[in-house]
Amino acid sequence: MDESPAMLRHQFEDASQQRESAVLGMWVFLATEIMFFGGLFAAYTAYRYQYGAGFAAASHHLNMLLGAANTAVLLTSSLTMALAVHAAQVGKKPAHIAGLLVLTMLLGCAFLGIKAVEYHDKFVHHLVPGASFVWEGTLTRQAEMFYYLYFAMTGLHAIHMLAGVGVVLVVAILAARGRYTPQYHNPLEITGLYWHFVDIIWVFLFPLLYLIA
Amino acid sequence: MKHWMGFPMFPEQASSVAGRVDALYFFLVAVSGVFAILIFGVITVFIVKYRRRPGKMAVASGHGHMWLELVWSVVPLALTMVMFFWGAKLFFTIYTAPPGAMDVFVVGKQWMWKFQHPEGQREINELHIPVGRPIKLTMISEDVIHDLFVPAFRVKNDVLPGRYTTMWFQATRKGDYRLFCAQYCGTEHSLMTGWVHVMDPPDYQNWLGGGAEAGPMHVIGGKLFDQLGCATCHKNDNTGRGPTLVGLFGSKVTLKSGQVMQADEDYIRDCITKPNARLLPNYEPIMPTFKGIISEEGLLQLIAYIKSLTPPQAAKTGSETK
Amino acid sequence: MTTSEPTMPPVHYLNCDYSIRSWLLTQDHKRIALLFLVSITVFFLLGSTYAGMIRTELLTPNGNVVSHQNYNKLFTMHGLIMIFFFLIPSIPTVLGNFLIPMMIGARDLAFPRLNLASWYVYTLGGIFTITAAVAGGVDTGWTFYTPYSSIYSHTNVTTMAVGVFITGFSSIFTGLNFIVTIHKMRAPGLTWFRLPLFVWAIYATSIIMVLGTPVIAITLAMVGLERVFHIGIFDPALGGDPLLFQHLFWFYSHPAVYIMILPSMGVVSELIACFSRNRIFGYKIVAFSSVAIAVVGFLVWGHHMFVSGQSAYAGLIFSFLSFLVAIPSAIKVFNWTATLYKGSISYDAPMLYALGFIGLFTIGGVTGLFLATLGMDVHVHDTYFVVAHFHYIMVGGAIMGYMGGLHFWWPKITGRLYPEQWARLAALVIFLGFNLTFFPQFILGYLGMPRRYHTYPAEFQVLNVMSSAGASILGVGYMLPLFYLLWSLRRGPIAGPNPWGAKGLEWLTPSPPPTENFEQTPVVTEEAYAYRPEENASG
Repeated sequence: MDESPAMLRHQFEDASQQRESAVLGMWVFLATEIMFFGGLFAAYTAYRYQYGAGFAAASHHLNMLLGAANTAVLLTSSLTMALAVHAAQVGKKPAHIAGLLVLTMLLGCAFLGIKAVEYHDKFVHHLVPGASFVWEGTLTRQAEMFYYLYFAMTGLHAIHMLAGVGVVLVVAILAARGRYTPQYHNPLEITGLYWHFVDIIWVFLFPLLYLIA
Repeated sequence: MKHWMGFPMFPEQASSVAGRVDALYFFLVAVSGVFAILIFGVITVFIVKYRRRPGKMAVASGHGHMWLELVWSVVPLALTMVMFFWGAKLFFTIYTAPPGAMDVFVVGKQWMWKFQHPEGQREINELHIPVGRPIKLTMISEDVIHDLFVPAFRVKNDVLPGRYTTMWFQATRKGDYRLFCAQYCGTEHSLMTGWVHVMDPPDYQNWLGGGAEAGPMHVIGGKLFDQLGCATCHKNDNTGRGPTLVGLFGSKVTLKSGQVMQADEDYIRDCITKPNARLLPNYEPIMPTFKGIISEEGLLQLIAYIKSLTPPQAAKTGSETK
Repeated sequence: MTTSEPTMPPVHYLNCDYSIRSWLLTQDHKRIALLFLVSITVFFLLGSTYAGMIRTELLTPNGNVVSHQNYNKLFTMHGLIMIFFFLIPSIPTVLGNFLIPMMIGARDLAFPRLNLASWYVYTLGGIFTITAAVAGGVDTGWTFYTPYSSIYSHTNVTTMAVGVFITGFSSIFTGLNFIVTIHKMRAPGLTWFRLPLFVWAIYATSIIMVLGTPVIAITLAMVGLERVFHIGIFDPALGGDPLLFQHLFWFYSHPAVYIMILPSMGVVSELIACFSRNRIFGYKIVAFSSVAIAVVGFLVWGHHMFVSGQSAYAGLIFSFLSFLVAIPSAIKVFNWTATLYKGSISYDAPMLYALGFIGLFTIGGVTGLFLATLGMDVHVHDTYFVVAHFHYIMVGGAIMGYMGGLHFWWPKITGRLYPEQWARLAALVIFLGFNLTFFPQFILGYLGMPRRYHTYPAEFQVLNVMSSAGASILGVGYMLPLFYLLWSLRRGPIAGPNPWGAKGLEWLTPSPPPTENFEQTPVVTEEAYAYRPEENASG
């Protein structure tokens, strides 16, 4: 594979070693992210088993429609991201690549916006765990536990989305400047991997949190 | 403590399992000692015999020594499996209280141990027990995790907030043996110690008779049952808004969710402290929670009362193994 | 050998640029290794000071040196600092960073800027920790058991938790860097089974670092949330489960102990090979053992919880697996011993440390079997027996390996030789002081002295005094290298490229090496430890 020598960092022998290292590095990083979310999934599993009834009742107050909308938004953003990487691979114009990345970003922001609406709704209805938590009905402690995990898991996910949006913005700007060619588009490729990962996490969160019962 | 050449080496063997634990210990020490001496010895011989000398070169090991690798993998594996099975068997003995064990109830809190005998005697940091009888401790913490440890008996178990844990032992010799808290619990963790006093059965009976001001646990529990209004809903003839508690302890209960639970000490405690988590079919969820209103001792007394509503032959002894 | 007197190369990685900027913004793995060396040494001194105060207090049964709460803070900070800020980083960030690229014939690690970030993240975590210490310390024990840590303790738990959380990312970055580097940047001809065993050990360690550390991070984050917002995921009063904390905590913290020992084992392989002039007996088995320890090490965490209220059946499984994980370590000890057979053995200080490692690790390892044995662990859990066991592994094992490696590669890192007689003396003093400190603790534990006790029954005093006496000797032993190693920087004899006559790509470079390590990427044609090339050339 031809290399653009300007992009080759000094520690690597050639461009393919650099690309493979970047990709492997991102996969290892994603493995750490799985373990990071894993702790919360483990806590969720333990308490869902113990508090099935309370979790089901609490989950009713989540807006399934908004959750589904968010799922659709994220899946679409993964499509646009994949298209952006493909565009670079086949040598499309910078504007084309950047446009797809901007679309991905906008969809990501849409996700965050819908999430903000949901969080606000929870706040207004006193469903934020802690001193102000109010629950009509029995099983208060169980419902509060559900919402703790809801906020912790979706919150951690949202932080990752925010970071992702930031990275996509930077990459979009660089793409617009023509930085990515079929010979060199490592940052784009690994950003894509990260984005898909964050999407997949949501694909697990949605049924676990919104679709109980 | 047992001494060797003037040095203290291991505690008294004062329980029925202590000898077995020590035997396992000596086996482990022997195996470890043999391996350690073997390794040290061989290394010493090799580093002297093969020390660097001018003109003498190292001889690289050939290939094809898989048999040796297998031998020194399989032999340790076999030894460790002996350790595993021996230890597991002993573990199940340590954790399975024999039926008919005498109950004692323990509440741990920062930084003291509160013991209560069913007959009513209460003690702080001291536990009087008769020799030769299995004793089953049902334990809970008021705050953080503690651990009750009696080295002379070779047993310990964590004491948790929010649920009961149990431990049993049978003392085999009279005497006074130290007890410790063995799970770090805050500032005065190292002061949370005390004594187990093992007595001859007649002396123990005398001691028991000498000071239960308020009466046996189940009697106090009965008074609490009335004072707190439990009797209003839980009538013995099952005509109240709540189910009767006669015959409850030790039975199997089907919850509204379909889950089947054993009505042991934990179950009863949960019913009192978080009734909405133990809803029954056919009953309204109107029982209030008594969490924070009744102390852990009070809960144990209530449980003793509820146990007394079950005829002895029908009652199981609750959770025996974990 | 052409010249009789070794010389320093005129330009090397240390003198190519003296500015502060060139150090603080370096991307050279060798300089980053030295940045870490300074940092971990500072923390080692701090952690040792706490240890000294603990042993001073324990000279007498009553607490008359410090108050109860301050004693609790001492052992907490001692544990946290030694584990997270000394042992876990030590070999990987100092020797690993310096040597991995050189051992595989590369110019640097795969991600040099990530490497530098790792040091800055470590330093930031360290700042939080020092802040927590200065602001009054933490008294939860390094294990942070809830609900004490999440609700009851009035000390700087959250600050400390943040410090450990941040430092965890340093571990993750370093491990990620090593994994990618070892996979992708080996020199031509350097197949996996020609790698030095130190590289295998670091690789296995890195797997644990990247997969385990995120779990402690999220767990401590949850403890922090509980403390700050009073929402109870671990609080029984709010429906939470304190045992959930223990499971999550030990899921990382058990593999963490393998992070601490595996690199040392890798160093020992290098030292035994060089100082017996022999290839390591059973090379492939030793390599696979490292990976086996890393994998099985993730499956045994419940052996810390046999008496916690965990089910007895879970205890059975964890006990069984704990015995299995011991076997690969035993295999390594046997293989190292067999390497000495018909070797040509010299008694240089690194070899003394390696031999000391094998002896002390053996004792530490077999006492681990006591703890894995269910019926035995009930008695000795949470007593000084456990304290003795893990110090044998971590100090008698891991630190001896680190010291041995530091001495072995000192000439490569600095270009100077350390004074051999002083080094041998220090090794001996450390070995004797260590055993006097920790062997009595096995007996203390079996007698029933619980750990984390500020005051204790008078009948335990004799053994405690022996232990404290040993600690003072151990302290002297550790001070000696601090002085003579620093001395050697200016006054030590020039080392030359390969003062030990060792095999390994790092010894082909000048001492100290140039920034880019190799003029030309080497091509590898022989096995590791090819001390007898004609017998070792691979077919």
